[in-house]
Amino acid sequence: MNTMSFETRQNLLTGLRYALLILIAAIFIFPILFMVMSSLKPDLQLLRDSASLRAFLPVGDISLDNYADAFERVPMLQFAFNSVFTTAVSVGASLWLNSMAAFSFAFLKWRGKTIVLSLIIATFIVPFEVIAIPLLLVVNNLPWIGAGGIEIGWLNTYHVQIIPFIADSLGIFLFYQYFRDLPEELIEAARIDGASIWQIYARIIMPIAGPILATVAILKFLVMWNAYIWPLMTIRSEELRPIMVGLQYFFQLNTAWGEIMAYLSVVTIPVLIFYLALQRAFIESIATSGIKG
Amino acid sequence: MKKAASLLVLAIMLVAFSGLASAQTELSLWYHGAGNETERSILLGIIDDFNALQSDYAVVLEEFPQESYNSSIVAAALAGDLPDIIDVDGPVMPGWAWAGYMVPLNLSEGALDDFLPGAIGTWNGDVYSVGLWDAAVALLALESTLDAHGIRVPTLDAPWTGEEFDDILEQLQATGDYEYALDLGMAWTGEWYPYAFSPLLQSFGGDMIDRDTYLSAEGVLNGDEAVAFGEWWQSLFERGLAAGTSQDGADRETCFIDQTCAVQWNGNWAGLGALEAHGDDLLFLPAPDFGAGSTIGAASWQFGISSASENPEGASAFIEFAIQDEYLAAFSDGIGLIPATSSAAAISEYYSEGGPLEVFYGLSNEQALVRPVTPGYATMALIFEKALADIANGADVLDTLDAAVDEIDQDIEDNGGYGFEM
Repeated sequence: MNTMSFETRQNLLTGLRYALLILIAAIFIFPILFMVMSSLKPDLQLLRDSASLRAFLPVGDISLDNYADAFERVPMLQFAFNSVFTTAVSVGASLWLNSMAAFSFAFLKWRGKTIVLSLIIATFIVPFEVIAIPLLLVVNNLPWIGAGGIEIGWLNTYHVQIIPFIADSLGIFLFYQYFRDLPEELIEAARIDGASIWQIYARIIMPIAGPILATVAILKFLVMWNAYIWPLMTIRSEELRPIMVGLQYFFQLNTAWGEIMAYLSVVTIPVLIFYLALQRAFIESIATSGIKG
Repeated sequence: MKKAASLLVLAIMLVAFSGLASAQTELSLWYHGAGNETERSILLGIIDDFNALQSDYAVVLEEFPQESYNSSIVAAALAGDLPDIIDVDGPVMPGWAWAGYMVPLNLSEGALDDFLPGAIGTWNGDVYSVGLWDAAVALLALESTLDAHGIRVPTLDAPWTGEEFDDILEQLQATGDYEYALDLGMAWTGEWYPYAFSPLLQSFGGDMIDRDTYLSAEGVLNGDEAVAFGEWWQSLFERGLAAGTSQDGADRETCFIDQTCAVQWNGNWAGLGALEAHGDDLLFLPAPDFGAGSTIGAASWQFGISSASENPEGASAFIEFAIQDEYLAAFSDGIGLIPATSSAAAISEYYSEGGPLEVFYGLSNEQALVRPVTPGYATMALIFEKALADIANGADVLDTLDAAVDEIDQDIEDNGGYGFEM
């Protein structure tokens, strides 16, 4: 009887495992590869190649023309600045505010805490599209202190793209879940040492909240960077538009597919950089909290 | 002393002129063409001319991407933040007029005399919008292909009959030279379906709605003529003459250029690309006549005045200024669309006599029929699109059309007739 040796079987299994992993990786990598390769080709070639493996290869008439044309068609730097600004402020403010709210839910004693937390968690099930129009009507009637004094209405401003998204039920819930699992003794010891609530929050809890900060930051970053519907509804001036709205500039009667791919390639880079910078903490957070991405 | 006096006069004049400039009332204009540099520069040229040639109004442009423009307008209407002048897609206009977003234009008598019918947006007896151009659809084919197979070239006066067209498709498919004899553009979902395909239904004698009352689709979308259309439509895909709903968008863009399809149903905006590929061999042919005449869709983007405007007379003045022939021709030369008047077509690059796209002006003038002029069109268009896709995929023709009629009628009833007397 011809039997496979143990070593051969192990090697075969390892090979199969790697083949499977490569296949799964390819499923995720190929769309990005397609995007980048297509961004280097003229429209007609891009469309012709799309039905074959050539779509994933830098073959044919390759150039950076689509990038130059995309930059010419769309004020990309202005849009990128707007997105970076609104995203950075939103992420920073969101981490601060939501962690403080979660800290209160996790460590402070106040009446009605459980009900308020339940209500906040219940808002998970309400999609943004449902509240978009009521929110539009609300922000349109809110006051703001501008250069000319008190003005009514937030439309067509940076702050209308930021403030409604700072308080975030998912962020509060994730922080709360993380804080709740911290050892009670940590807080007790700090209290015995005379630390105030603010000191416990700032000096004890936040320094050890790295993984959850990374998770919430990544999730908030993605929401803000990909903002599309809300800016469409609230922003009139090109000077204030975020980068995702710019994608629509390419859909004309004759769609500029190559330029779209170039634009998407540029837009995707900050997302990858941000994720790669925080991925260790993000993975650690998923591993410890059981959060599914 | 003299020099000082001259300087003083100059200073007074400068102050006076700057005062004049700042005295202009600002009119906001929202436009759907963000990302199209050619359109932007032409429109800015018109605005600059208007602002410089009169002292009452100064138009200020805000551009939006076309794909999301309607959402921006609806959001602005909800927030009470509409601009003075809006541009609006022709079939959408009745909806916006009915919803109270727009007011009628106040143009001089005769201002629209020479205009293509599809470029004038009329609702409830009033003109609400006017376009600087129109768009048209034609059959694209190569003269060499028709010659090689002994197929006559149809004309506006003598288009292919429905039977003739069907035979031609069969003949071309039988050559084996093409993946499909006909490319309808099934990959272009959305407005393309009602815009491009409802004229074929109309040519059979049916329609999306009874245009006498605008209160029901009964008998027109599911009558004998509509069923005949539906059966022919379904047979195109059953016989393998045309790519179906699963058509790849890339095939739509390349099949005629690569000649994997022999005949293509496409808009004039694709004309220049096809001309580049095939030169003088390219023909733009009129829609076939299935018995009730050759028909194509009409109405593209148009300018109108929002109901929020505090200066509708200024907005009307700008629109009337913008519809001068030189601007219509400039838009046509820039983006290849059909100038809205014959006099503008005559001075345009592509649509003047002997111009490469001249035939489209005739098509637009002779065959164009606007899509149903009702606020219910938006819903109707979606229902029509779904019905055509279902029939193409093999659904029972009569059942599908009956269901579409029920949906359309129900929507009209739910909306109190959309302003039409029930």
